[in-house]
Amino acid sequence: MLRFRNLLGALVLGAGALLSAAPARAAGEAVAIPDTRFSFDGIFGTFDRASLQRGFQVYKEVCSACHSMHLLSYRNLLEIGFTGDQARALAAQFQVMDGPNDQGEMFERPARLSDRFRRPFPNDQAARAANNGALPPDLSVIVKARPGGADYIHALLTGYSDPPEGFQLGQGMNYNKYFPGHQIAMPNVLNPGQVQFADGTEGSVENMAHDVSSFLAWAAEPELEQRRRMGVRIILFLVVIGGLTYAVKRKVWADVH
Amino acid sequence: MAEAVVSHGTAPEGGAKETRRDFLKLTAGAFAAVGVGAVVWPFIHSMNPARDVLALASTEVDLSPIATGQAVTVMWRGKPVFVRNRTPQEIEQARAVPLGELRDPQPDQARVQRDNWLVVLGVCTHLGCVPLGQKPTDARGEYGGWFCPCHGSHYDTSGRIRRGPAPLNLEVPTYTFTSDTQIRIG
Amino acid sequence: MAGLHQSDFKNPVVRWIDTRLPVFTLLQKEYGTFPTPRNFNYLWNFGALAIVNLLIMIATGVFLSMNYTAHTAYAFDSVERIMRDVNYGWLLRYVHSNGASMFFIVVYIHIWRGLWYGSYKAPREILWMLGVVIFLLMMATAFMGYVLPWGQMSFWGATVITNLFSAFPLVGQHIVTWLWGGFSVDNPTLNRFFSLHYLLPFVIFGVVFLHIAALHITGSNNPLGIDPKGPQDTLPFHPYYTIKDSVGLIVYFIVFAVLVFFAPNYLGHPDNYIPANPLQTPEHIVPEWYFLPFYAILRAVPDKLGGVLLMFGSIAILFILPWLDTSGVRSMRFRPIARWFLLLWGLNFLLLMWAGGKPAEGIYVTIARLATVYYFLYFLVILPLLGRLERPLKLPESIAAPVLRGGGPVPAGAAAKPMEKA
Repeated sequence: MLRFRNLLGALVLGAGALLSAAPARAAGEAVAIPDTRFSFDGIFGTFDRASLQRGFQVYKEVCSACHSMHLLSYRNLLEIGFTGDQARALAAQFQVMDGPNDQGEMFERPARLSDRFRRPFPNDQAARAANNGALPPDLSVIVKARPGGADYIHALLTGYSDPPEGFQLGQGMNYNKYFPGHQIAMPNVLNPGQVQFADGTEGSVENMAHDVSSFLAWAAEPELEQRRRMGVRIILFLVVIGGLTYAVKRKVWADVH
Repeated sequence: MAEAVVSHGTAPEGGAKETRRDFLKLTAGAFAAVGVGAVVWPFIHSMNPARDVLALASTEVDLSPIATGQAVTVMWRGKPVFVRNRTPQEIEQARAVPLGELRDPQPDQARVQRDNWLVVLGVCTHLGCVPLGQKPTDARGEYGGWFCPCHGSHYDTSGRIRRGPAPLNLEVPTYTFTSDTQIRIG
Repeated sequence: MAGLHQSDFKNPVVRWIDTRLPVFTLLQKEYGTFPTPRNFNYLWNFGALAIVNLLIMIATGVFLSMNYTAHTAYAFDSVERIMRDVNYGWLLRYVHSNGASMFFIVVYIHIWRGLWYGSYKAPREILWMLGVVIFLLMMATAFMGYVLPWGQMSFWGATVITNLFSAFPLVGQHIVTWLWGGFSVDNPTLNRFFSLHYLLPFVIFGVVFLHIAALHITGSNNPLGIDPKGPQDTLPFHPYYTIKDSVGLIVYFIVFAVLVFFAPNYLGHPDNYIPANPLQTPEHIVPEWYFLPFYAILRAVPDKLGGVLLMFGSIAILFILPWLDTSGVRSMRFRPIARWFLLLWGLNFLLLMWAGGKPAEGIYVTIARLATVYYFLYFLVILPLLGRLERPLKLPESIAAPVLRGGGPVPAGAAAKPMEKA
């Protein structure tokens, strides 16, 4: 019996070791991504609303020129702490396509809360045509879609530099330390002071990258806080009922052993 | 049971054991029941309207092309909304009715924001059919409003139920006049 | 004419139903008083856990399908809408996607238990074979389910796996075209996969019923692998094993909850959050972790048809396992040599799983080949030979004897007690 338990333990450990190797395989040959400290790290982490709002501002003023986030709606801004009026005002800054109207024509109008985030290009072909043949990916779930998640986004945004001696950079490409293959079509878009934050936070590249990474992490997993809160409660509940059940089991089996 | 207890030792101890086991069983059972109950809710709630459904797009209606005596039907929340530009006679007719005669008593003034514009959900309060009366050629029923062909409910020029099986007046949605010639429903 | 059933139930309503349709008698017989070996360890929980897991998958699946759109243009976004806008949609989806992983963990342990204690041996051959059928159906269901979110891994997994059938000479390409309903994995493929993904769990449910029916004919095996010789060797299923299964169930729920609430995408692949793109294959395409051992066997063979046949063979071989193992002793506890070979086989299976997740090049291929050879060697050579060559340890007299060891002679009352309870 005892020996068998050991065997089982070894198997479980073995399986665990295998599975933990899984993320490594996906990272491929890319440089190790530095670990950034985010407020939502760890199992009890939550989003920093001020950071998310600043991150949205960075997205709005910088990223949204090329990248869509078509899974998000302006109403979602209420979830990161904007008031209804603020969110309505932010939405109204964008013109979205609506229609057809009674004349059968499409028309533009200011966005409402129920509208999806405006797409910068009408379709993928237009996006490629405007971007030297490269398609800027939709950012709605980018943090879930990249190994390393928010850490990777942060590293990528701060990883631009001149190529090392002898590195052959393709036409229209940019060198980035953390992009797989180091050649990325996206230029370095964050420059110091580019975004003026209303709350007085310094518009440094580091701050902008950090905030927009947080914002994208929230956009990819808006359920994260609710999920973790619920998880803690459910596991506590299970531990208690598990103890009770085990006690009942001991009692039931007492006269057999 | 009793024999099993006796074989374990003296009776008083055994009795205490039994009580404790029952208590444990009850507690564990109660916890399990709470757990099952808590599990059922997410399944049920997932069938309620989702957040994107609740954040409905509101519908805007341009009133300028609707001449007096005409009506248009617009879609809102997947249902028809009747917008009618009533004639003075129709308004008069609606306001002349004593409230006591009505099945669902409501003065016409409480059902409109501007006298000539009547905005109601085009859904019969009986079983959800769309009443006739929007087109000039439609049957409008005996009270000049709408007539539901499914089970014969008659509505008046204020959309109030007058005859037939429907229990309530046609529902008035929330809407606001954004200008003199435009309303936003929802 | 058949007569009414003679019901022993006192409650008049229960009795009224039971005399006409003896479901209560049946339940009482199969799950109440059902004589069950008294010496199960916690590995015997996993059958019950698998049933619970199947029910969880069906329940969450039914509710997810209410919000899912099986169309290439909408599938990805409809899944994300479930995650964002549907009330508790994220919970249903993460329970369903991680539930698939939990299901395979549970079933792999369940199979391992069967291998270790010889549960496949006479008279439980059909019980075992039905289990293998369930396993195959599970793999088909899981594969098609993974296609539904229509991410990059969905699309390319579907492409690669359906292309397996092109390995068959002459008819291969026709089969693949038929599977796709077109000339590539596309909307018709997605639609039929959704239909079958909804259907197969109910087929699994039916086979599970047969699996349990067969189990209740032969009775359960036990860690000693010897048959119960009388009432002193068994306990009524309720309350002894209902409560023991409940303990295991809660531990299982805790592991499940940790995955769902704190690492919901840990066992998934980031590429599946990129919408399917038929023009670009991801750099490393890997199946879900539970398919990796078989994927490794597929890639270990340099010949296309050979790889496919060997992969299918690696599961088909389980069907004839009851006849490959020639030893009359069931439990590895009494097989001093075979247990080391089986343990090695288990580690070898994990090694294949690891190799399946690595790129198909260099040392990984060599490892996968060696592991593949041992996978088959164990079944085809080692087990048949060991049955003749190995000298098993002495089997105990009865199940009750070692359970009550150390207590001296068995008191008559102790052995009789379970009967009184029943």
